[in-house]
Amino acid sequence: MTSNLTGRIAFLLTSGSALLQAQQAAAQAPQGTDAKIAALEAAVKSAQSAGDNAWMLVSAALVLMMTGPGLALFYGGLVRKKNILGTMMQSFVLMALVTVLWAICGYSLAFGEGSFFLGDLRYLFLQNVGAAPNADYAGTIPHQTFMVYQLMFAIITPALITGAYAERMRFSAMMLFTTLWMFLVYFPMAHMVWGKGGFLNAYLGGKIPCFDFAGGTVVHITSGVSALVCAIYMGKRAGYPSDQMKPHSLTLSFVGACLLWVGWFGFNAGSALGASALATSAFVATHFGAAAGALGWMLAERIQGHKMSALGGISGAVAGLVAITPASGFVKPFPALFIGLAAGLVCYTIVVKVKQKFGYDDSLDAFGVHGIGGTLGALLTGVFATSAVNDALKNAAGQPAALGLIDGNGMQVVNQLIGCAIAAGLAIVGSLIALKISDAVLGVRLDSKEEQTGLDVSMHGEEGYNFES
Amino acid sequence: MKKIEAIIQPFKLEEVKEALKAIGIDGMTITEVRGHGRQKGHKEVYRGQEYNVDLLPKVKVELVVPSARAEEVIKTLSGAARTGNIGDGKIFVYDVAEAIRIRNEDRGESAL
Repeated sequence: MTSNLTGRIAFLLTSGSALLQAQQAAAQAPQGTDAKIAALEAAVKSAQSAGDNAWMLVSAALVLMMTGPGLALFYGGLVRKKNILGTMMQSFVLMALVTVLWAICGYSLAFGEGSFFLGDLRYLFLQNVGAAPNADYAGTIPHQTFMVYQLMFAIITPALITGAYAERMRFSAMMLFTTLWMFLVYFPMAHMVWGKGGFLNAYLGGKIPCFDFAGGTVVHITSGVSALVCAIYMGKRAGYPSDQMKPHSLTLSFVGACLLWVGWFGFNAGSALGASALATSAFVATHFGAAAGALGWMLAERIQGHKMSALGGISGAVAGLVAITPASGFVKPFPALFIGLAAGLVCYTIVVKVKQKFGYDDSLDAFGVHGIGGTLGALLTGVFATSAVNDALKNAAGQPAALGLIDGNGMQVVNQLIGCAIAAGLAIVGSLIALKISDAVLGVRLDSKEEQTGLDVSMHGEEGYNFES
Repeated sequence: MKKIEAIIQPFKLEEVKEALKAIGIDGMTITEVRGHGRQKGHKEVYRGQEYNVDLLPKVKVELVVPSARAEEVIKTLSGAARTGNIGDGKIFVYDVAEAIRIRNEDRGESAL
């Protein structure tokens, strides 16, 4: 007993930055070992909370950086120069619009404990979302930190779709479409996978446990499949594919893609919701996935007899990042390399071969990269997830549960497939409804003169480049 | 007076300017243009989408010189602009009816 207590005290005393505070707290406490230990434990908890909160605030900022400037630059460089401001504005305005929706009721609908499919209104207008942690989601950080971190995911998801209807969608209609889409697709899907009591939540009372660490289904499949629906509904850009529609600045796209890569550490490693060893593991898996994805795409180009291109390299890195997203907190480094490589090869095939065969104009390949990469990653998560990396899920005996196929749980692949199917189905139905309504109210497609003039002048009355001034 | 209009490779512009300066030709007008003759451009591939880029960036040099100096200028210009490869460009020569200096209405060769 005594040696056990001594051991606990020794552990507590070595717990880094809490030391001084802990000693002071202990000195003030009434005499008695139990009181001292209680004071020390409280001090350590506070130190852990400070560390976790610091990482989560940085992660939230990193994820916002993925949308602006990351995605704005990536997509902005890929369009023709008459459309650069309009394209960047589509990402930027979502940073504003989704934030307001989130504050009013979006967060509550996603993370309030409601039905299987949607949250309730307990956090309407962010009431009860304050400094006290929400133990269901993240017990060591302020609830408000969790809320704002999740907001950044809600922003980038519809921003990814903008790649599909690039260069031809009316700005006001795009805002209406996204507003509807958040309610019809994002809030329900986020609730199902991450919300307490959600249908697919593996941890908090779901029916079908679907592993999605950072948003393979919630972010990438929903946005990617919706992108395909938008591309088909909107129709091709005037002149596609015969006219010259080369990316006007791969330099901008390059900078944007590298910002995405860096921001993704906040996206995936931040999804550990603390500055833990699991965050490190997800960080490593994320980086490995991106690296292998870049090489995979360039390899595919080489095999096809093309040059290894800059656009190919950055596209492959993004594909690898997308695919590793659901897996990042569940897999070891080498499976992460495999997942990234597979994403580079498969997404290349979809973007270069399949898109041309079917002839849809997914202008910036939001479906090919995010829809396909997300699905691939979600399925491979079911294969490679292991309790050696993530032991949070316990079985009936209180031991770490077998997670994926390599842990001996082959059913998980089926569960992942169900998760993908629900995400895709919801995206198709929700997007169609949102498009129909937006089209009826405002008209989603620019008229041919506006499209020919370009988004910058016709939608915003500005030009991205005024070299003569 | 003759107007000499040369379409040259952009990277040859400095050499051409220096060579003309060396024989005492100071005035010229430069325009960035795109075009092709027998040179057929190149292929670019963006995510599998192939584009044939047949209009390549060129520089157009225009200058008006006294008829007596035209041959010398043409020789100098073509010598400086030549790489010996396809795509070096072309020179066109026109008769000029009149030249007027806007500042003082000098006319003819004295306006050049």
